[in-house]
Amino acid sequence: MDFELTDEQKMLQEAVTRLVADTYGFQQREHALKTSDGWSRQAYAGLADMGLLGMPFAEEDGGFGGGGVEMMIVMEALGRGLMVEPYFATVVLAGGVLRYGASAEQRAGILPGLIAGEHILALAHSERGMPRHTLDARTTATRDGEGWKIDGRKIAVIHGASADTLVVSAQTGEGPGLFLVNTAAEGVAVEKARGYDGVPVADITFSSVAVPAAALIGDAGQSGAILARTFEVATAALVAEAVGAMSETFDVTVEYLKTRRQFGVAIGSFQALQHRAVDMLMELELSRSMAVLAALSLDIDADQRTRNISAAKAQIGKSGRLIGQEAVQMHGAIGITAEYKVGHAFKRLTAIDALLGDRDYHLARLVELRGVYPAAA
Amino acid sequence: MKLDFTAEELAFRDEVRAFLKDALPGDLRQKMIDREHLDKADTVRWQRILNARGWAVTHWPVQYGGQNWTPAQRYIFQEEMALAHAPEGSPFNVNMIGPVLCRYGTDAQKENFLAATANIDIWWCQGFSEPGAGSDLASLKTIAIRDGDDYVLNGQKIWTTQAQHADWMFGLFRTDNSGRKQQGITFLLLDMKTPGITVRPIETIDGGHDANEVFFDDVRVPVGNVVGEEGKGWDVAKHLLGSERSGIARIGLSKERLSQLRVLERRLAGDGTLTQEEQLRLAYKLAEVEVELRALELTQLRVVAADAHGGGANAAASILKVKGTEMQQRMTELVTELAGPAGLAVTDHDHHGGDLDTGWLGAAAPFYFTMRKVSIFGGSNEVQKNIIAKTMLGL
Ligand SMILES: Cc1cc2nc3c(=O)[nH]c(=O)nc-3n(C[C@H](O)[C@H](O)[C@H](O)COP(=O)(O)OP(=O)(O)OC[C@H]3O[C@@H](n4cnc5c(N)ncnc54)[C@H](O)[C@@H]3O)c2cc1C
Repeated sequence: MDFELTDEQKMLQEAVTRLVADTYGFQQREHALKTSDGWSRQAYAGLADMGLLGMPFAEEDGGFGGGGVEMMIVMEALGRGLMVEPYFATVVLAGGVLRYGASAEQRAGILPGLIAGEHILALAHSERGMPRHTLDARTTATRDGEGWKIDGRKIAVIHGASADTLVVSAQTGEGPGLFLVNTAAEGVAVEKARGYDGVPVADITFSSVAVPAAALIGDAGQSGAILARTFEVATAALVAEAVGAMSETFDVTVEYLKTRRQFGVAIGSFQALQHRAVDMLMELELSRSMAVLAALSLDIDADQRTRNISAAKAQIGKSGRLIGQEAVQMHGAIGITAEYKVGHAFKRLTAIDALLGDRDYHLARLVELRGVYPAAA
Repeated sequence: MKLDFTAEELAFRDEVRAFLKDALPGDLRQKMIDREHLDKADTVRWQRILNARGWAVTHWPVQYGGQNWTPAQRYIFQEEMALAHAPEGSPFNVNMIGPVLCRYGTDAQKENFLAATANIDIWWCQGFSEPGAGSDLASLKTIAIRDGDDYVLNGQKIWTTQAQHADWMFGLFRTDNSGRKQQGITFLLLDMKTPGITVRPIETIDGGHDANEVFFDDVRVPVGNVVGEEGKGWDVAKHLLGSERSGIARIGLSKERLSQLRVLERRLAGDGTLTQEEQLRLAYKLAEVEVELRALELTQLRVVAADAHGGGANAAASILKVKGTEMQQRMTELVTELAGPAGLAVTDHDHHGGDLDTGWLGAAAPFYFTMRKVSIFGGSNEVQKNIIAKTMLGL
């Protein structure tokens, strides 16, 4: 049992934390949000230059072969900066599908560009009128000669409007499958929106979009397993991102308690606020523990892995809400202004709870699995 | 980073398990499962079994009977004890006066007391709190006035656990009133048979009689019974109160209670007591508690691992007391909810020979009531938060 980072992991942590602090301050983020993309290509290129986009991919695919701990380190740092760039969308979600499902040819075709930061991918999976976190899809893919034709509508596609390639889940008749679809293809209509957390999202309609046979990832009917694995890794990544956002929020709040003066004293001298700040610290530490648990669980047996990751997501749903709400409250009015970081962190934490199963969803999953701990004798 | 224990640690765990399976008397184990009150004889019996194995006072220095265990071994030992339903031993002997004497005792005090304390040949009680001195312990007033080779004690202690059974008391007494309140406090050892000591029981909400008032009326204590220096008792007390942090969250106990909750859940679902809807609601509550317990367990493990690297104050360690006690309390709350109206007829506080079928029902609520204490003593959770706000957050 050991929770120390290796020297390489410490270097990674230092480097990525410094990169975010130096190049992605609140002003830079505000600026990125105002561009037409709604995010900063320059900041994303900075992540690529540091090799972070290749982090989870195998060395033979041009990546670094990083594991759960490396992912945790990177996501926590991005969370501290509330980065809206497509790291999660491209590297974690779409990248996860490629890692767990794509053929060597497909990976060779896509990963070099992805790792270089030139190729943006997004996962188009959720649909209206479907259970929120189903692995299933109602969008269809019908055989059309050698290839396929895709019809349907996807919602809340993270970074969908910026993506060069979409990974689309669709019913094939032999079960759901995953397809690589060029966003420039005929029949793809993208409606761009901005998430309340600043991250761009899109609704995307597919009308008889023709894709070649080589666009299918894995076999038709196999997408459930690929998505399930991808979502586990992505959930662990979100947990780590939440810890970063919570840490930042907490630090900013404690600093504010020391500097804001009312009634002639720093408001941090009020015991009512001190105790609530301590409550925030406790939630943060519990969440940090769960981020570590999730990171270390990615390659253990499926049963315990699922429990650990669901437990982690359930924990940060609660902690993120408490820390976000309390941070806003303890700032007073400044906490609800758009010019102040804490409100944005609160919004991102809210979005993280909503993504890939909120606290209630994961508690229900744990109920189904009869708890966090393997059955008592 | 890795979660697993090393092969040596796992071997150690097996060794502890095998020992407990063999050595823990069945009747004691059953009493623990039934949440029955342990009497003094029970605690003494178990402590002596542990002591014979060399495991009664493992965190004392080796020359006084301790074990040179790693933080991970201590954690494993504590967890296995809890999961095996083994009693904890006397905290006053093992965690308080023992370590104090190892550190501050004179050679004569070590000689007279340490071995007897480890074996509970002497049963200690703690005389710190007074009616006017609780969280603000340093405001204590019970006086000790020097008279020749003795101190003469007058005043009152309160909440003194097990004073009615104690052979000796260690306590804090005021020997000087002139300086700051932390000055002029002296740490004394006194024989409970000394004339002038009166012990009066206090009944607590669980029906128990563990707490007492202790009155001092011209009680004479020889000066040789000062621990540390006269007037420096506050330093000694701080050493004592900064007790072993690795065990403070009592994760093992909470895990044991959780597994009991799971057993009860199945039983009550099976015999028709719980409707389907109640079963589902309970399942959600248990899932919520388990998520937090898992987070707390991992936090404890992070602290154990950090201690192996030299430790030091850290944020993770600071939260263990508050969160650990809240968790213990939550478990007892859930058992009481489960018992429902069938738990109204409480078992007699000192009753013997229950079983899991019915014994737990009557024990559930008293246990819930008594566990409210864990967030009050040992530095209340509010006081803990004050300390964290000051030391960790700089507020
Ligand atoms: C079951 C049990 C066994 C005990 N056994 C012993 C024993 O053997 N020997 C012994 O010496 N003592 C013993 N105690 C006493 C224990 O140490 C005290 O109860 C404890 O120190 C708290 O003091 P108090 O009860 O006087 O509460 P108070 O200090 O009066 O506190 C009352 C409330 O005010 C809060 N409070 C106090 N100060 C602050 C502050 N600065 N900021 C915010 N909130 C504050 C407390 O958290 C609490 O909620 C025992 C207590 C219990 C419950």
